[in-house]
Amino acid sequence: MTVTDEPQAADAAEERPIGFGRLLRKEDPRLIRGKGNFTDDIQLPGMLHLAILRSPMAHARIVSIDKSAAEAHPKVVAVITGEDLAAQGLAWMPTLSNDVQAVLATDKVRFQHQEVAFVVAEDRYSARDALELIDVDYEYLDPVIDVRKAMDADAPLIRDDLEGKADNHIFNFQTGDAAETDAVFAKADVVVSEEIVYPRVHPAPMETCGAVADVDSISGKLTLYCTTQAPHAHRTVYALVAGLPEHKIRIVAPDIGGGFGNKVPIYPGYVCAIVASLVIGKPVKWMEDRTENLVSTGFARDYIMQTDIAATNEGKILAVRTNVLADHGAFNGTAAPVKYPAGFFGVFTGSYDLEAAHCNMEAVYTNKAPGGVAYACSFRITEAVYCVERIVDALAYELNMDSAELRMKNLIKPDQFPYETKTGWIYDSGDYEPALRKAMDMAGYEELRREQAEKRERGELMGIGVCFFTEAVGAGPRKDMDILGLGMADGCELRIHPTGKAVVRLSVKTQGQGHETTFAQIIAEETGIPPEDIDVVHGDTDNTPFGLGTYGSRSTPVSGAAAALVARKVVDKAQIIASGMLEVSVADLEWKKGSFAVKGDPTKSVTIQDIAMKAHGAGDLPEGLEGGLEAQICYNPENLTYPFGAYICVVDIDPGTGEVKVRRFIAVDDCGTQINPMIIEGQVHGGLADGVGMALMEMIAFDEDGNCLGGSLMDYLIPTALETPDWETGHTVTPSPHHPIGAKGIGESATVGSPPAVVNAVIDALKPFGIRHADMPLTPSRVWEAMQGTATPPI
Amino acid sequence: MEVSVNVNGEDVTREIEPRLLLVHFLRDHLQLTGTHWGCDTSNCGTCVVWMDEEPVKSCTVLAAMAGGHRVRTVEDLEQDGELDPVQEGFIQEHGLQCGFCTPGMLMTARALLDRNPDPTEHEIREAISGQICRCTGYSMIVRSIQWAAQHESAVSLEPSTAGSAS
Amino acid sequence: MQVPAPFEYERATSIDHAIDLLERLGSEARLIAGGHSLLPMMRLRFANPEYVIDINDLADELGYIRVEGDHMHIGAMTRHRELLESDPLADVFPIFRDAEKVIADPVVRNRGTLGGSLCQADPAEDLSAVCSTLDASCVIRGSGGERIVSMHDFHRGPYETAVGDAEMLTEVRIPLRPNGSSAYNKVERRAGDWAVASAGASVWMDGAAIADGRVGLAAVGANTTSIEEVTSVLAGAAPSEELYERVGDIAAANCSPQTDMRGSAEYKRHLAKELTRRSLRTAVARATGQEA
Repeated sequence: MTVTDEPQAADAAEERPIGFGRLLRKEDPRLIRGKGNFTDDIQLPGMLHLAILRSPMAHARIVSIDKSAAEAHPKVVAVITGEDLAAQGLAWMPTLSNDVQAVLATDKVRFQHQEVAFVVAEDRYSARDALELIDVDYEYLDPVIDVRKAMDADAPLIRDDLEGKADNHIFNFQTGDAAETDAVFAKADVVVSEEIVYPRVHPAPMETCGAVADVDSISGKLTLYCTTQAPHAHRTVYALVAGLPEHKIRIVAPDIGGGFGNKVPIYPGYVCAIVASLVIGKPVKWMEDRTENLVSTGFARDYIMQTDIAATNEGKILAVRTNVLADHGAFNGTAAPVKYPAGFFGVFTGSYDLEAAHCNMEAVYTNKAPGGVAYACSFRITEAVYCVERIVDALAYELNMDSAELRMKNLIKPDQFPYETKTGWIYDSGDYEPALRKAMDMAGYEELRREQAEKRERGELMGIGVCFFTEAVGAGPRKDMDILGLGMADGCELRIHPTGKAVVRLSVKTQGQGHETTFAQIIAEETGIPPEDIDVVHGDTDNTPFGLGTYGSRSTPVSGAAAALVARKVVDKAQIIASGMLEVSVADLEWKKGSFAVKGDPTKSVTIQDIAMKAHGAGDLPEGLEGGLEAQICYNPENLTYPFGAYICVVDIDPGTGEVKVRRFIAVDDCGTQINPMIIEGQVHGGLADGVGMALMEMIAFDEDGNCLGGSLMDYLIPTALETPDWETGHTVTPSPHHPIGAKGIGESATVGSPPAVVNAVIDALKPFGIRHADMPLTPSRVWEAMQGTATPPI
Repeated sequence: MEVSVNVNGEDVTREIEPRLLLVHFLRDHLQLTGTHWGCDTSNCGTCVVWMDEEPVKSCTVLAAMAGGHRVRTVEDLEQDGELDPVQEGFIQEHGLQCGFCTPGMLMTARALLDRNPDPTEHEIREAISGQICRCTGYSMIVRSIQWAAQHESAVSLEPSTAGSAS
Repeated sequence: MQVPAPFEYERATSIDHAIDLLERLGSEARLIAGGHSLLPMMRLRFANPEYVIDINDLADELGYIRVEGDHMHIGAMTRHRELLESDPLADVFPIFRDAEKVIADPVVRNRGTLGGSLCQADPAEDLSAVCSTLDASCVIRGSGGERIVSMHDFHRGPYETAVGDAEMLTEVRIPLRPNGSSAYNKVERRAGDWAVASAGASVWMDGAAIADGRVGLAAVGANTTSIEEVTSVLAGAAPSEELYERVGDIAAANCSPQTDMRGSAEYKRHLAKELTRRSLRTAVARATGQEA
């Protein structure tokens, strides 16, 4: 059996679109051959291996560290402690939230598995052995593990490294109008309140985090191969923190095996590798193992949201109010734009036209790993959407109203866009009702409700969960949005070579989203150059323009816009060159993707490839025009973009065991203009699986001593192909009015919209038991407990 | 100690520590980095290779235990410049995104189709249930394997079309 | 990187060689078969043997499922996959196929063995419950010869069996009795997970009544290999939902589950009852020809 290795086009125009459409991926040929280049694949001559010693205790003073036995190990090259780093001013580093975090602990350890020392050895196995030879003497301190007790008067103080800090409070955040909201609640017919918990979960990409640091001792240049979603931002931060001149730092993000926000922060391990390479003068690799990834890198969520909803008896939603307790762990490491300490949680008003809304949030430290913003949260929108979609369902329960019908009654109407929410967010465009109707049609909603009614008579438990969500992605306008002072505007560079091939250089970094394909498609759509003739360069700060990287679904809205606009600049220049070639004025030319023709005389035309050759060739160019055919841009988005979706989940629950089976999942997404529907579908599928995971099985739990109970993939359960159904997807298209190609971004929509759909389905199934709410993860045990009336929150 | 293993059809002999895991032997000693690792507890399946024509988790096999046996990795799927149908299927049906779990999925898919040329959807899901993908949500992996199954059986019915894409 | 501590590797060429190695190398030597219990423990450094004795070359000699006289003999090196796929085994003892479908995952099942599972004796491990439900016996060989130990005596508690330092399990024997069948039910949070709780049941019929029956539980306590009260209640009983409920209650009362991330103790106790009922119901249906 033989199959050729280039996909054969039965119909070339359809299968190999020049521009938007279902194009097979350009990155696949190397990945399906096992020829990807992931960080752990990198082997440099003389390379050494770094392993990190981590604290077994959640909260303890470091009394002493004896590293002599480790240093004596024949394969060990160096052993470094916090004290060693402190002598160079490198023991602490800034986080992405203007806090500081220890690279290696100096005074205390503040979460279990915090970094305490590191070993550099000739091979990975010896490095691991040497860790056991480091003797650390800890003095136990009471940990703060229960977030509800973090602000107790007698709570142990975690951040005594911060001058003047007297408690575990980080910040208070408020949005919306408290007085207006209270007034609306006071006059409402119906008020429903629930404590809604979004437990701590973890992105757990299949590839863990790591780096190879290679300092050239002669030139002083650091090359850091690293699993980073934001290479340029990291480069600038290292320059500011480590005192290395920025032009002497090159960050190369090679192939990345999944990011999901896990690979946005700068982790102590990266800094350790850099320091080691600097000190030793050889390349040093640090790759964390899975336990390290789960217990010490950026977790997600961990919000307790005490939420109220006010409505009329007829089901008009009037207001939503929430009081949030946010557990940030031992250091505030959330990646969030500076002015948005709670990210974009402000969109907890959801997709509904409200009269009022207010949120009050207290963020606190606990003796757990730092993080909070990760796992495709769109900067806390997963939390916001879960909050509102759960409370809306609780309202439906109280009013005894169908949950789809209740939503339909309250969705923002198309003529209300651009829509300003009660918390000041301006949704760019939306046409919500058709999306919800489409999902209901695809699901056969009425038939499902009939089936449910019949099953209920027989004591069978079937649930139908609805979720409607609006996302806010594409951060963002630089006047509002910066991370550590770096504005969230992104660059793009496009160059057409003499023979009409092209290279586009991006500021963003794919971790599986298919940028090598989709960005070639954007350029192809604008220029008519086939995608296979366009090289997409990304991930290497030496070769790409500055930008803030890929997370928060921002690549298409920001960098995709930059790519479209830079291509238009190039086409504009091409038009001038064409006018010279065809000896007509610029206004007499007509563009048909890929070529300019004289208006009214299509036989007189030149292709973009002809123009490219002319741009580099002999002979004069039109007056004032330089040679070459290239352009660069820095795109400052006007606003975020607002994708949305309507999801319906159908579950069956075994009444004897509480096991939940996801029977069907229908997802209708609107991400505006679609660049590649195949890739969009893939992005949606992945996020939907996340929802099944979080709703039913994922949680990073701790015991009361602060021992992390989610430290392996045996404990932190991720769904397999047996827990996930065959996803049913559809779409509507409501372009973004301000985006150059009308696209909005899709990467995180499904992770945002799916957990509420699954949880709503489970609660709906348990309606005969009089249950209005129960918290994730809805494992069989927790479902059974809900059925017995003994449900407890997970934290 | 010395170990001799037949890897992708070639006999290789190396000096190793007894505790060396097969996945590290392949990646670090033989530079076959197509096989990955992603956990410490034999759960993720990014390390799946064949040992004696059966998928195994190479992080849970000592290189020493592979001595005298045949190991096959993803690098061996392409033969004489022709992709294996499972590889083609993953391209056609977008069965990969980041590509990290993909080599393991391909090896399991190839073994499944060798034993069961016409698997049901459930049989496919069952076969890959010991391997985790965080990107695709699995449906497209299933479709990719179904593509390969359909195209293999189509070609086997029409031997004269071998060499052209189906 | 979680990798084992250093050790010496030996490869056994025969059963006698394996036992000889165990004797010579002492208590710091461990046998490795499938390795999917031992290697993870070694990677996490919970187990640090000085010597690892690879017995996979004995897979042909010790991998078999065959009837000899009035027993089914299963070699200790029989892989999970073989136990799952064996039709002769499933015809006589469907409990094996029920259990193997939900033990680990298909790739792990290519390597893990019956002997490895029984000797690891993880309290959440299923084959110990399966074998005790079938009133199996274990053949243990040492330098002094063979001895046969009932499953009840073999499985002593978490991670503890009757196999001595210089001995190895070579075979499991299951009595073949007419008019019987069996079944297994397990709840797991996700495919491949350890059991939250499992229950196996076997019955042998005498006409329409149950002549004999056994129940074995997993993951709900230290040792739930044989519950005598179950057997005495089932003896001579007519099958009925009330009977299954009563036996379920006995099973629930005779276990000591712990609350952990898999589930609460109350829930596991409930499952002990519920899964016992289901397994009994199915075993009876199979034994009376009402269900495949």
